[in-house]
Amino acid sequence: MSGEVWFSLRLSLQVAFLATWFIVIIGVAVGYLLARKNFPGRDLVDILFTLPLVLPPTVTGYYLIILFGRNGWLGKTLYAWTGWSLMFTWYAAVLASFVVALPLMVRTTRAAIESIDPNLILASYTLGRSELETLWKVVLPLARRGIIAGTVLSFARAMGEFGATLMLAGNIPGKTNTLPLTIYTLAGSGDWPKAQGVVLLLTAVSGVFLYLANRTSRKIW
Amino acid sequence: MGLSLELRKRVDGFTLEVAWEVQEELAVLFGFSGAGKSMTLRIIAGLTKPDQGTIHSNGQVLFDSRAGIDVSPQDRSIGYVFQDLALFPHMTVRGNILYGAKGLDKKERQEKTREMIEIFHLGELQEKWPTDISGGQQQRVALARALIRRPKLLLLDEPFSALDNPLRLELHQYLNDIRRRFRIPVILVTHDLHEATRLGDKIIIYSEGRVAQAGSLTEVMDNPVIREAKKFYEVSNLN
Repeated sequence: MSGEVWFSLRLSLQVAFLATWFIVIIGVAVGYLLARKNFPGRDLVDILFTLPLVLPPTVTGYYLIILFGRNGWLGKTLYAWTGWSLMFTWYAAVLASFVVALPLMVRTTRAAIESIDPNLILASYTLGRSELETLWKVVLPLARRGIIAGTVLSFARAMGEFGATLMLAGNIPGKTNTLPLTIYTLAGSGDWPKAQGVVLLLTAVSGVFLYLANRTSRKIW
Repeated sequence: MGLSLELRKRVDGFTLEVAWEVQEELAVLFGFSGAGKSMTLRIIAGLTKPDQGTIHSNGQVLFDSRAGIDVSPQDRSIGYVFQDLALFPHMTVRGNILYGAKGLDKKERQEKTREMIEIFHLGELQEKWPTDISGGQQQRVALARALIRRPKLLLLDEPFSALDNPLRLELHQYLNDIRRRFRIPVILVTHDLHEATRLGDKIIIYSEGRVAQAGSLTEVMDNPVIREAKKFYEVSNLN
């Protein structure tokens, strides 16, 4: 297998791992808030964190450009301060994967927390435990299967991210061409045998991750 | 030592409006399902907020709507045994009891846990999971966990309703033992007439969100709710 493909594989793993790391932190926090708290604008937050699941990734990518592009609302300020733009770097691929895969984490975590007997949480409070202690020692341990499942799904989704990544990070050889983008390039240039190899590689890597995750989650419970 | 309250709470067309007090005794909240007994316990524990009223426990104000006082459930020093017991399924028997010993230093925590395990005869079971022990044993774990911090009040929400008679009697013994040792007011919610008459120093009869009558057993024996329950009990005994 050629050096470009190895680069793409390494980049895809790097992007997916970093995106998943942020997804776990933000996804668990948002999932907990949506499952346990009533606050104004809750429905809006719910919709906002579900939309990337149903929107075409190109639409999500378009919004991200509006936000983080060099002339975007946030991107402009960032560029003014640092002279650096997120666009067309591998960090943009991380951002794209993060946003597109986050809903999977939020939804599975939320469902897992909602399925916990609420009396367990209240019992913890009557035993003098604060909300944070209860989150740490009761809620998260009891929701861990859902959290693991969400992590795996998000990782797999992040590995396969294409549309938003293309819009935000481009398809720059040796810089932002993750595996799905490489497949697109190879197929576009008619190099079918090579494209097929990469397709099989991506399928195998994702399959192995799902298998390992299934095994660990079974062992942990 | 004592508890006094005066509460009003409306939820979905149901109004709870009660006022009563108990000393260092076992008070039974008696009444049919939906009379507001469990809601009262949740309000006392700070898990549900009443619309207005006051709650005093052991000389401390726990809630006062006019003064804007609402002590958090963590700081109320109340032992609570839920109807479904709410034992943590991911902790062992010992882990569950230890979890109740918040705020003590490590040595003291171990010591108290040992003491509770002894009182409730859980020595053989300490490393087991809650799902692997019997219903009666689970009750004892729930009681031990609720009492380890020496709360100033114990609330029991129909904890014995799922047990058959011999086990129930055994747990009534434990309850008597608890009263001797801890000397705190105990509020027991039940809709079982025999349990109410066997255990209660004081019986508070709930009917549709109000206190129909409160007093000693002999005082309340003639209340319509009790008569109704008696009829029901006799009928179910005949069958």
